[in-house]
Amino acid sequence: MTLSNEPLTLLEARHLTRIFGGGENEVRAVDDVSFAIHPGEIVAIVGESGSGKSTLARLLLRLLEPTSGQILFRGEDITALHGPRHLKTYWREVQGIFQDPFASFNQFYSVGRVLKKTLDLSDEKLSRAEQQQRLELALRNVGLDPTDVLKKGSHQLSGGQLQRVMIARALLVDPEIVIADESTSMLDASLRVTILNVLSELRARLQMTILFVTHDIGQAYYLSDRVFVMYHGQIVEQGPVEEVLHDPQHAYTRRLMADVPRLGGWGAKVAAD
Amino acid sequence: MSAVLPQSREQATGLSFGEALRARFRSLSALPSGRFFFSVILFLAILVFAILGPTIFNQHDPLQIVGGLYDTPSSKFWLGTDNFGHSVFTQLMFGTRTSLIIGFVAGLIATGIGVVIGTAAGFNGGFVEEALMGITNVVITIPSIVVLILLSIAISTRSIYSLALVIGVTSWPWTARAVRAQASSLRTREHVDIARLAGANTASLIVWEILPYMLSYIFMAFVLQLTSGILAEAALSMLGLGPSNSVSLGIMLHWALLWESVRTGAWWAFVPPTLFLTIIAFALLLLQSSLDEVFNPRLRRS
Repeated sequence: MTLSNEPLTLLEARHLTRIFGGGENEVRAVDDVSFAIHPGEIVAIVGESGSGKSTLARLLLRLLEPTSGQILFRGEDITALHGPRHLKTYWREVQGIFQDPFASFNQFYSVGRVLKKTLDLSDEKLSRAEQQQRLELALRNVGLDPTDVLKKGSHQLSGGQLQRVMIARALLVDPEIVIADESTSMLDASLRVTILNVLSELRARLQMTILFVTHDIGQAYYLSDRVFVMYHGQIVEQGPVEEVLHDPQHAYTRRLMADVPRLGGWGAKVAAD
Repeated sequence: MSAVLPQSREQATGLSFGEALRARFRSLSALPSGRFFFSVILFLAILVFAILGPTIFNQHDPLQIVGGLYDTPSSKFWLGTDNFGHSVFTQLMFGTRTSLIIGFVAGLIATGIGVVIGTAAGFNGGFVEEALMGITNVVITIPSIVVLILLSIAISTRSIYSLALVIGVTSWPWTARAVRAQASSLRTREHVDIARLAGANTASLIVWEILPYMLSYIFMAFVLQLTSGILAEAALSMLGLGPSNSVSLGIMLHWALLWESVRTGAWWAFVPPTLFLTIIAFALLLLQSSLDEVFNPRLRRS
């Protein structure tokens, strides 16, 4: 492990590129992206659909192989690791939450089983009671009653509850960083705020680092410290959220800002010239 | 059953697979269509006739000679006798049984191979998919009846099981292609990614995350394979490549054809097996299409 640059970087991307297809149909979904994320910060990646932000999230979660470039976790190149056996240790530190809470659950299993599977990541042999304890703790961390949800199937819970279970699942192995890919976009407005608050609470209580992928600049403003603006597979602008959103340098960022609905509340505050 | 109001947002939009599946589970408790019951009862009747028939009618030897050449139907032999003097009614019971056994075994083999190859191709993608689908497409382009004939000739002892094996190993490609498409769309689903993030390996991803979602589909594919297996047996046996020392619907047609029952007007020799093949195929295809309605409520007519 190399602990060089200040401040300490937790997750770093170097010239990360992912190309789909080839020849005329070549799509550079993620195109030479470099950045560093520090422990304890919340970083938002904003961009319209098709900008490559979800591909970037999948690359960082190692669910997708990069075409070129490196991902470093605490200075260690983890793009060299392949297969579940080698990536287990990485997934113990980096976990994900996805967009569709309904699709994230296998309909055939109970909430408890889906959660327990994630405990397989840990090397320690946990007794049944210890496992149960972990599950209950994780669920309480996101404001759910364990006795209420563990035995249920996913069709018996609401979208908001399911997404909180997904957050609890990510927390089970006590990761350093959670990558949330559009995790609020399928929920209605009131639930969205609940999820955002759960995430920011996690940071406050557990010093969790969060990478928050969204198309909604308002949510990015609400939650994050720093923001990366993605356009056509590239990060066109990055910086502290106040700076970027109050004084956008790139034409695309300005256009994104102009699209924010001005209905009062924080959306309007952000969009104000 | 008409005008079921959507009970939730998911059912109303019905877009994602998970939502469709939840709707499915709700629908299973609902009444399946009349077509479903009709086809099930029809098929069960044939099964009972083939399995319990010999006991019910106390006829245990289809190869026993009970009369002369093409005796007309009588009160003793309801469907007369065939060219050898066997009772056609008894032959029909045992023939249906043989045809069903061959269909079941061939269907199981074909569905098994198809599911394994289709899932492996669809789930892995990339080179594995191209290679496996390449093989599949090559097998599809070879007319299966030719392979069937060559294989049947090559096998020295033609038992019902060797015939079923021959039919099974030549008819899997369509199932493989259909299953590949399913597996390929399922593998991009988020619950698969969630399982991956929990460190699941390929085998457990396929068994726990992909296969459960395909079960209804695989069952329907099996019903189709069963139908085509029975018809393939009939075609082969009619050509004289059927199992030896045995009687099947195809073998009955083979002898009826050879002894010119059509020209001599001995309709009882060829109409019953033809009718039974038609009814079996009809019942199974109807079952398959009504199962589609059970599993997929959006196809239901109001």
